[in-house]
Amino acid sequence: MKRTMSVAALTLTATLALAACGGGSSNPLSKNSSTGKAPAGTAAAGAIRVGAANFPESQLIAAIYAAALNAKGVKATTGDPIGAREVYLKALQQGSIDLVPEYAYSLLTYYQPSATQTAPAAVRAAVIKKLPATEMLLNAAAAEDSNTVTVTKQTADKWDLKTIADLAKHSSQVTFAAPPEFQGREQGLKGLKEKYNLVPKSFRALQGTAIAQALKNNQAQAANIFSTDPSIKTDGFVVLQDPKHVFGTDNVVPLITKAKATKQVQTILDAVQAKLTTDNLAEMDKEVQVDHKDIATVAKQFISDNGLG
Amino acid sequence: MLSFIHGHWSDILSRAIDHAWLAGLPLLLGLAISLPLGWLARRASWLRVILVGGSSLLYTIPSLALFVLMPIVVKTTITDPVNVIIAMTIYTVALLVRTVADALGAVSDETRQAAIAMGYTPIRRFFGVELPLAVPVISAGLRVAAVSNVAIVSVAALLGIRQLGFYLTDGYQLNYWAEVWTGIVACLVLALIFDVLIQAITRVITPWQRAVAS
Amino acid sequence: MIAQVWRWLVDGAHWQGGTGIAQRLLEHLEYSGMSVLIAAIIALPIGAFIGHAGRAKWIIAVANAFRAIPSLGLLFVVAMWFVSRLQGDAAYLVPTIIVLVILAMPPLLAGAYSGVSEVDPAARDAAYGMGMTHRQVLTRVELPCALPLIFSGLRSAALQVIATATIAASISVGGLGRYLIDGLANSDYTEMAGGAVLVAALALVVDGVLAALQRLVVPGGLRTARSARRRRRASAVTQASPTG
Repeated sequence: MKRTMSVAALTLTATLALAACGGGSSNPLSKNSSTGKAPAGTAAAGAIRVGAANFPESQLIAAIYAAALNAKGVKATTGDPIGAREVYLKALQQGSIDLVPEYAYSLLTYYQPSATQTAPAAVRAAVIKKLPATEMLLNAAAAEDSNTVTVTKQTADKWDLKTIADLAKHSSQVTFAAPPEFQGREQGLKGLKEKYNLVPKSFRALQGTAIAQALKNNQAQAANIFSTDPSIKTDGFVVLQDPKHVFGTDNVVPLITKAKATKQVQTILDAVQAKLTTDNLAEMDKEVQVDHKDIATVAKQFISDNGLG
Repeated sequence: MLSFIHGHWSDILSRAIDHAWLAGLPLLLGLAISLPLGWLARRASWLRVILVGGSSLLYTIPSLALFVLMPIVVKTTITDPVNVIIAMTIYTVALLVRTVADALGAVSDETRQAAIAMGYTPIRRFFGVELPLAVPVISAGLRVAAVSNVAIVSVAALLGIRQLGFYLTDGYQLNYWAEVWTGIVACLVLALIFDVLIQAITRVITPWQRAVAS
Repeated sequence: MIAQVWRWLVDGAHWQGGTGIAQRLLEHLEYSGMSVLIAAIIALPIGAFIGHAGRAKWIIAVANAFRAIPSLGLLFVVAMWFVSRLQGDAAYLVPTIIVLVILAMPPLLAGAYSGVSEVDPAARDAAYGMGMTHRQVLTRVELPCALPLIFSGLRSAALQVIATATIAASISVGGLGRYLIDGLANSDYTEMAGGAVLVAALALVVDGVLAALQRLVVPGGLRTARSARRRRRASAVTQASPTG
């Protein structure tokens, strides 16, 4: 009889639990789910949730922001990387994250694919005009990490490549490796076609270091690699010149919801931005991507090395 | 790999707990749903065709597809763990309805007749006689479901849902062998824990089995 | 939302070209078919032999243990190993096929094994009594009798492979999984849902075709109530899991 009761009780609890499932917002791709994060991540009320894109450098900068804020007594948390810009900007707008590291020109082309501004100040002014009223840009860093079209030294020599236009002549022999979102972006296959008539034979959608691996091993003849990527140095890749500016200058800049951007938060993040240079960013990228150091450890080291904590 | 595990111990543990929820809760829910359905399937052959046939049809839907389609049905967001819980519950039910029906069917007529003769009502007969006797077979089905649930949940990492599968996607992106191996081994260990746990519980609630065995 | 997905599916423009639905379907079928074929060539003889000889049953247990390995992890590990060892598309296709073959093996092995080993001992004895050799008993009596379970293993393997072929899109391989991965990256839920519907539909259609084939191939005498009961009992053994 005791067993009967316990089986019945289990059945009841389980059924109730199932009944409790459901509900939520209506856009399936929004990241604004009530149960979306581990309880620990969102428990502290008012904590700044720092989001990140799904590539290592973005996760690193997010970890640096969070470490700097925490070091000065402002509670901040990081979560798993969210996805491409197309996805995390929605998450920011819907309030499931509060702060995300951004790249000035890439952010502009998200809002205005036909952007022609090249000077950092003009890019910044244009972005600010396009931002939702609830969000703001903080100070840009000197650190710059732009999109590139990159080839191996071997390919560059064989085809005598200096610019993307040179590569376009070999379009029919090129498999292009890049993250999947590159296909639909102006700073991507669209822009490469419009400005250089570069239409690769095939496209290889990969993420992170797998892109550099594909280029290195000749599974792709050209790839979209960030200018700070350690593989450019370690594997001797050649970054092709981009005279027609498909890609713009991408200074690192924090994008934050105004509700969380208190004076104190701005001061802390401005101090971080002042210390971020292209060189130290590239060095940290190498520590994460090549030496496989833990991102949080590298971030804390940066904070203490630069007197930010 | 050992140094990775050492350096990320608390993160691995917290992801393992998330993973265990996503794989384990559906086992309980699925069992709770399968018991009445399996019992119903025994009542009439046309019900069996609908229930067992229908549930094996659900089983053919690939998990990534099911996670992605869930928001249309339950109005969640794509990264909501609830999608995974419901999808895994569906798979568990698909596997268990048939097992429960067969397990209940394997209870001998003599036993059933004896219970009726002792004045058991149908409900009491189900909970007091038929279900306990079916436990070993149902438990075997549950073990299959548990192992497959743990493996399938890791696919949700492609959608950014927090669990152990993150080490697989992140490790691949960083070309970091130790991290990918950690993810695989952690999933295997979790599957093993589920398996041992289900066997232990089965032993405890079926003392007569041990009596026969020894 | 459902209307949007439907419009995506029936839009003729989405079906054409190198990244169109027709091409993706074909790729998906190609990888899946090739993998199931290779797995069947390896697994069916082994399973039948183990069932016939009653030896080396540990192989079945080992194959079953493989089911616990997360297929995504297996895919990444094999892909990371091959990326510097193979040229071009093969560097991603070969790992995909290897993983799919590994996943297709357990249900095929289990189906062939339990099909042969559960042949009515009376039938087997009668065959030996008629002077048949081991080989003849296996090919003329045991294998035909095992067909229902072999088919059930085949169907499970096919489902498993079609499901898992989807996640190969995460290592840049084609197939219907591309819509799920690319749709997610571009925040295009319609494309994702459309792709998901296509994969599910493909799985259902393939399962239906194999079921029809089974009816054609399996001798009528084996489709009796008894063998149906046996099939149910063994079904847990050959059951696929929709990993992917």
